[in-house]
Amino acid sequence: MRQYITRRLLEMIPVLLGISIMIFVIFQLAPGDPVSAIVDPKTSAATKAKLREQLHLNEPIIVQYKYWIMDILKGNWGESFYYKQPVTKVINSFLWNSFYLSLASFILSALLSIPIGVLSATKQYSKFDYVFTVIALIGISMPSFFFGLLLIKWFAVDIKLFPVSGMTNPGSTATGFALFKEVMHHMALPLVVLTFGSLAGLMRYTRSSMLEVIRQDYIRTARAKGLKEKVVIYKHALRNALIPVVTIFGMSLPGLFSGAIITEQIFNWPGIGPIELQAVNTRDYYLLMGINMLLAFLTLLGNLIADVTYAIVDPRIRLK
Amino acid sequence: MSEALLTVKNLKKYFPIKSGVFQKVVGHVKAVDGISFELKKGETLGLVGESGCGKSTTGRTILRLIEKTEGEVFFEGKDIYKINREELRKLRPSMQIIFQDPYSSLNPRMTVGEIVGEALIEHGMADKNTVKDKVENVLEMCGLSSYCIRRYPHEFSGGQRQRIGIARALALNPKFIVCDEPVSALDVSIQSQIVNLLCELQQKFNFSYLFISHDLSVVKHISHRVGVMYLGTLVELADKKELFSNPLHPYTKALLSAVPVPDPTLKRERIILEGDIPSPANPPKGCKFHTRCPYKMDICKEIVPEYKDVGNNHFVACHLIGR
Repeated sequence: MRQYITRRLLEMIPVLLGISIMIFVIFQLAPGDPVSAIVDPKTSAATKAKLREQLHLNEPIIVQYKYWIMDILKGNWGESFYYKQPVTKVINSFLWNSFYLSLASFILSALLSIPIGVLSATKQYSKFDYVFTVIALIGISMPSFFFGLLLIKWFAVDIKLFPVSGMTNPGSTATGFALFKEVMHHMALPLVVLTFGSLAGLMRYTRSSMLEVIRQDYIRTARAKGLKEKVVIYKHALRNALIPVVTIFGMSLPGLFSGAIITEQIFNWPGIGPIELQAVNTRDYYLLMGINMLLAFLTLLGNLIADVTYAIVDPRIRLK
Repeated sequence: MSEALLTVKNLKKYFPIKSGVFQKVVGHVKAVDGISFELKKGETLGLVGESGCGKSTTGRTILRLIEKTEGEVFFEGKDIYKINREELRKLRPSMQIIFQDPYSSLNPRMTVGEIVGEALIEHGMADKNTVKDKVENVLEMCGLSSYCIRRYPHEFSGGQRQRIGIARALALNPKFIVCDEPVSALDVSIQSQIVNLLCELQQKFNFSYLFISHDLSVVKHISHRVGVMYLGTLVELADKKELFSNPLHPYTKALLSAVPVPDPTLKRERIILEGDIPSPANPPKGCKFHTRCPYKMDICKEIVPEYKDVGNNHFVACHLIGR
């Protein structure tokens, strides 16, 4: 297992290198001149030319790439034009906000979708099953911007139970547990929107996977052994039914960091999603390249984690 | 002979056919349609018939792995359909089943040790310390080495897996085992090993088997008595020797004539049945076999023949008999 993980990590190096080349080339093709974006429009042409020279912009693209990738490796990801701060610092200050929200939603939807899926399967065609089928359909069909605004109208404006937007109260100085409480209070509505959207799919996956498993002969064997029905369902059936569900969870791991652009925008959550969108609009190239590189890395890492988890839950899969 | 271990009386299992927008029940597949027989201690009853005639459903309904529609099943004098779930669960160890498909009947996520040992702990036949010894013991009895205990089912061949299935059933010390086509999925050389293993174990522990198969030669080898099923009903039931030497029902005759004989010079008259097996959702009126029977009479189309003893414990349901 250790060998496998090491080899997979080593394999990530050429893949990441390829991705970095693609990202670099794509941004080279993008219109606009970095120099005119940095400096005051009134700056003289001579100063601009000097700056060009300093930034190696006159060199051939391969050489430019070399400078860029070496800097990336050294941890110097450039400076955001918009924030006038190093890219790493900008990403770092917003990424975690996204991560907390996404992680909470990930855990909540796993905790809800698996039991609901199991119950829907064991009580197929019951009222419970139908009710949650309808809920799942609503969850899949309703766009998050609409559902988000609806929740704001009901719970933030009408009954004032939750704040309208943001992550903390304006000018808040809370620390420790008080801060945690404040953040949770702000997180509630966006969390509901995100969870509701992903819950439906996971629930249906669990349900169909479970339905397939409980018709297997080995479930009949388990019943013939005289095991309690609970043991049959939760030990024999669920452990097998979860194998495909684990893949789905693994695939959503990178999403934990990429942020939910629409939901974060609506609730004004200071996550990485709106920052990404803003960076596109303001042509903040270094920031965009940085975010893209980071997401590529996390996606590869997420896939690796999914593969390893897959091997842990399914003894038929051996990692070599 | 000793008292009956298992008595099945007029057992029926109908599966509803639903159709239309509101899933109205429009009919029933009569998988098992009134079966009665007895099984004594230490006896093997072979159950043969074409595929789809309800053999497997019979086996599962007898163990209440699926619910019956009608009839009674007595196991050691207890009606297993009159006891509650918990009592039934306690009774499970004494009545076991070996499934046809050794590939799908073992949980892929459990080791062989867990598969065999789990129920032992559940029913208090072993605790965490003694379970390993017991499992190793029973594995050895079924011709598997003790190191198998830590392996997963996918690491074994079909024959070995079937041995695991048998070991699993044996570990619980059952009195009665339903063998639901235990050798049909295996190749011939392995088949004989498994059949011999089942025979040996029976001599050792005095089990009763309900041996379901469509392979007449296997059934002839292992059974004491043989029942022939057609479209959910028993058409004939007799001692093995009696049935194979003196078949009375036209369907049994046709089946027996189809058994291959390993002698190319021997010329036999084969009875070729015409037509297909009718749908169990809409079985023919009267004798179910009359649509394909070469000796059919007018009465066969109207009246269901009585299933009766014609002497010598030979039961048959046919209008030709006893006229």
